[in-house]
Amino acid sequence: MSDLSDTATQVSAIRAMIARHKRWDVIFSMIGLAAMLLGVITLLALFLDLVLDGYGRLNYEFFTSFPSRHAGQAGILSAWVGTTLVMLVTALAGVPLGVAAGIYLEEYAPRNWMTDLIEINVTNLAGVPSIVYGLLALGLFVYQFDLGQSILAAGLTLALLILPVVIVATREAIRAVPGSIREAAYAVGATKWQTVAHHVLPYSTAGILTGMIIGMARAIGETAPIITIGALTFIAFLPPSPVSTTPPFVSFDWLLAPFTVLPIQMFSWLSRPQVAFLENAAAAGVVIIVMTLAMNAAAIWLRYRFRKRIKW
Amino acid sequence: MTAKPSRFAYQVRRHLPERIIQGLLFMAAFTAVAVTIAIVVILVYESLGFFAHVSLWEFLTDTQWTPLFSDKHFGILPLVSGTLLTSAVALAVAVPLGTIIAIYLSEFASHRLREVVKPFLELLSGVPTIVYGYFALLFVTPLLQIIIPDLPGFNMLSAGLVMGIMIIPYVASVSEDAMRAVPMHIREGSYAMGATRFQTALRVVTPAAASGIVAAYILGISRAVGETMVVAIAAGTQPNLTWNPLEGAATISAYIVQVSLGDLPHGTLEYQTIFAAGLVLLLMTLFFNVIGHLMRRRYREVY
Repeated sequence: MSDLSDTATQVSAIRAMIARHKRWDVIFSMIGLAAMLLGVITLLALFLDLVLDGYGRLNYEFFTSFPSRHAGQAGILSAWVGTTLVMLVTALAGVPLGVAAGIYLEEYAPRNWMTDLIEINVTNLAGVPSIVYGLLALGLFVYQFDLGQSILAAGLTLALLILPVVIVATREAIRAVPGSIREAAYAVGATKWQTVAHHVLPYSTAGILTGMIIGMARAIGETAPIITIGALTFIAFLPPSPVSTTPPFVSFDWLLAPFTVLPIQMFSWLSRPQVAFLENAAAAGVVIIVMTLAMNAAAIWLRYRFRKRIKW
Repeated sequence: MTAKPSRFAYQVRRHLPERIIQGLLFMAAFTAVAVTIAIVVILVYESLGFFAHVSLWEFLTDTQWTPLFSDKHFGILPLVSGTLLTSAVALAVAVPLGTIIAIYLSEFASHRLREVVKPFLELLSGVPTIVYGYFALLFVTPLLQIIIPDLPGFNMLSAGLVMGIMIIPYVASVSEDAMRAVPMHIREGSYAMGATRFQTALRVVTPAAASGIVAAYILGISRAVGETMVVAIAAGTQPNLTWNPLEGAATISAYIVQVSLGDLPHGTLEYQTIFAAGLVLLLMTLFFNVIGHLMRRRYREVY
């Protein structure tokens, strides 16, 4: 009899122990959720604060006015035009370069020290602080190549900055294309480049596009490297128009024009003591956040959609 | 009878473009190396001009950094201390929160929650840093001033805190990747011994992924060290050799921004100081990045 009662107490002791340990599962689940909510709520509070501060300034005039000494009349016309033009240069320079480098590393690169060297450098460049790119651009583009503090110099700087992002995304997209596709192309007599251009690239377009959008979103928000090359903060004019009504109809003068971009405009308003200018800064911040978040969300959605659709 | 097209011409037509394309692609890939070389050459070249006027000894030991004043001192220490201190505050926020979130996501959260949270984390890492600078200066600092009344408007605490919030997604996502790389059978072994989820997460998965988690911390430090706009806006621009985060102090990157905003003539000593400072910054981040990547590779090779 005593044996059996012992068993019963043992069983209840074990049950209690299990319950005790299981309680920790629940407690940690709570802590984990709380930590996540803490992060999310803090960020939501910050964004809400930004929107509330800047809401009053977000009207049509804000987008169509030049910066001004009077906070109430100041706008972001020159800033968003500058951002658009710089992004154009960045996309035209950075994306083809990054995609080509990705194709080489994934499809062509032999296994040797040179390939290792290139790969190490790509990883390394992704970790270089953006302000160091600014110093590179100041020494190389602004003074050695004599581009001055121009849209071209800024666009090229940001192109170098997003290069690792585009390369990594391209490589991932290409790696996801199964080898059987390539073998089928070779089997009907395609050359290497024909295989890549006609088969591998079309299948990896979505992934490459995703990387490109994420890279551009990052470039839009970058402030430090553009400050370093010496972009002006007070620009009350637009760069010369790229198209005109007189021959030769297109002009590239805008490439060498002085400029400002959205983050720099925000920074310059932020460093003023008057509260009215801080409102402008908040409004500019809302514009930047909406742009980058929209681009990032588009990229994530695109990737999700294609991952679901493609079945090899 | 027409002559048969020569085999040689055919080969040339087929293979010459291939060669050219391969060459072009290689040149594109080589830009990565060229950019690294260019960064090093530019920074070292301009720094050499700087060190021709200032001895390396003075640079490393002087406790004042006042290149823009008439009484010039060129000691990098105050800038380095500001950089390390703001990064330390950031890490004190990001390491606990990032690790808990990573453990929760990897071991506790349902598949569906993870599918929602992961893209959200990605989205957050896309927020421009200048916006975080705004938060630090105009939201966090006034909030902290309620608790600590004599906190100055520019201080390292609020800059560090916001930087911490900023790198949480990064730390969480890299640590979570490391934990997910731990094979399932190790977890199952632990469950089979009667361990609970929490015991498995803490005593089996976390140690197995330790080097990956540490790598996430180190890569987080590297981000904080190189971060510019948050500190330039919220921590002030006054070099200050102190270990008190309640004071304001310039970091290396904030100094570079401050100088760039003025109009310094090309080739002067003041112009060269930003390259010397940039070289120090590059070496610091390089140090952390190399350690981080070595540790990250280690956990990949175990299984």
